Amino acid sequence: MADLRDLYQEVILEHARAPRNFRALDEPACMAEGFNPLCGDRCTVYVAMRGEVIEDLAFQGSGCAISRASASMMTQSLKGKTRSEADDLFHNFHRTVTGQDGNGDRPELGKLAVFAGVSGFPARVKCATLAWHTLQSALHEGREPITTE
Amino acid sequence: MSVDATLARSLGDAAIEPAAIGFDVKKVRADFSILRERIHGRPLVYLDNAATSQKPDAVIEAMVHYYRQSNANIHRGVHLLSQRATEEYEAARAAVQRFLHAAETREIVFVRGTTEGINLVAQTYGRQHVGAGDEVLVTAMEHHSNIVPWQILCEEKGAKLRVTPINDAGELMLDEFENLLGPRTKIVSVAHVSNALGSINPVKEIVCRSHERNIPVLVDGAQAVPHLPVDVQELGCDFYAFSGHKVYGPTGIGVLYGKAALLQEMPPYQGGGDMISSVTFEKTTYNTVPHKFEAGTPDIAGVIGLGAAIAYVDGLGLSAIDAHEHELLVYATDQIAAIPHVRLVGTAREKTGVLSFVMEGIHPHDIGTILDQEGIAVRTGHHCAQPVMDRFGIPATVRASFGLYNTREEIDALTGCIKKVREILG
Repeated sequence: MADLRDLYQEVILEHARAPRNFRALDEPACMAEGFNPLCGDRCTVYVAMRGEVIEDLAFQGSGCAISRASASMMTQSLKGKTRSEADDLFHNFHRTVTGQDGNGDRPELGKLAVFAGVSGFPARVKCATLAWHTLQSALHEGREPITTE
Repeated sequence: MSVDATLARSLGDAAIEPAAIGFDVKKVRADFSILRERIHGRPLVYLDNAATSQKPDAVIEAMVHYYRQSNANIHRGVHLLSQRATEEYEAARAAVQRFLHAAETREIVFVRGTTEGINLVAQTYGRQHVGAGDEVLVTAMEHHSNIVPWQILCEEKGAKLRVTPINDAGELMLDEFENLLGPRTKIVSVAHVSNALGSINPVKEIVCRSHERNIPVLVDGAQAVPHLPVDVQELGCDFYAFSGHKVYGPTGIGVLYGKAALLQEMPPYQGGGDMISSVTFEKTTYNTVPHKFEAGTPDIAGVIGLGAAIAYVDGLGLSAIDAHEHELLVYATDQIAAIPHVRLVGTAREKTGVLSFVMEGIHPHDIGTILDQEGIAVRTGHHCAQPVMDRFGIPATVRASFGLYNTREEIDALTGCIKKVREILG
């Protein structure tokens, strides 16, 4: 049985209480809005690019502890990464929160590994990935506003 | 003033006819096999009845019995099974007629659910009577299913959707409603009971004021029929829609009641078998009501299951169910409102057993997960009523909604778990 402590790890709760990079960016290179129609959560992700590199990354919106912490830690993890590194990290993050990696560690996830507990709560995968899906939309412009559905 | 003093039908009223008399909740619970399920190793505490109710074994057995012993298509076969199926199907229609106190059985149309019932009226009566510049009047507490069908109609016709506001308690503002009734209002469509707030609307008064101006009224009864005795003739409404699955029946079946004179004048909704009297390539004559609105082979097993659900609810008596649920509401309102940092959303004087609430600094989704781990099922989110959430300036609520099998002990379990939320989330 999944344990609530696996989901609500101290690091996650701390980021949920005090999310980092929780602001708008002036004239961002790209911006996207994400929406989870199931719970009404909204997330706006702002990205400033320098060439292929994510120079600055921020978010705003309302959501549960999991979605706020996920967005907050995503902004920390991806600053300075390239577009394709961001894609790779999302791929790995997604495999981890959906439990596709079994118990295998993914060292490249770094601090984001705390979200492995989400895999025991399938109903919460959408919360953990909302900001990431939104960022994908911002990085690959021309997409429709995304939803988790 | 304690919170329960604001509930018009307080425990004092309920105590005149104590819910306990003639209503044995322990016995009732034994009728629902699913209530013996364990969730995450705990007994199931099912408090999501406004989303869908559980089904008593009698409903499940009626459907199995139909498939095992009566299955055939209706209204066409000369053989015995077809006659048996037709009789059972039409008997359920008569049961619905008595349940809603409709004047005639032909006023009962079987549809997939409340949503289809409202769409049917919007696409038939609505398309016939609503034109450019006309208005459709709803309320700020509607479920999306009583908003979107009218938006589609208004967009097609160049008509306007008008919205009656609600006050901070979640009650309809009747004076505003009256002001919004105008010469261009062609139909009024209101929830009998709000799914997100539990507020009971003064439907009789709404109908009265609308009829003074010859405006017909559709009532979305999805959240009322499981909890309150409904008499469509006393309400005077022109249409009344409800869903089987919220009143302890199966999913996929619902009812649209319409006054016979109106149904007769309306064009068909869908074309196909069973809704015609005769067909040639030159001309088709439509069947009489209600069959004109029941194209194709219907959900026969669903209708039979709904008939069994109504028999079950009738057996317990809606007044007794209402009294039992009201007692739970009063108890739960006091318990939950007393928890620090909790705010109730929807404090109408007239309410059914729906408790929507938010907790300061904690998102409903997190509360929902914590409750689920204790086996407690509630709904979290916007409840398909985003305008209601916008009205209260919140993205979502936690909603506990009661059914006839819920107990005080289950509310204690809910309250105990909510108190632990802050410990877990720090």
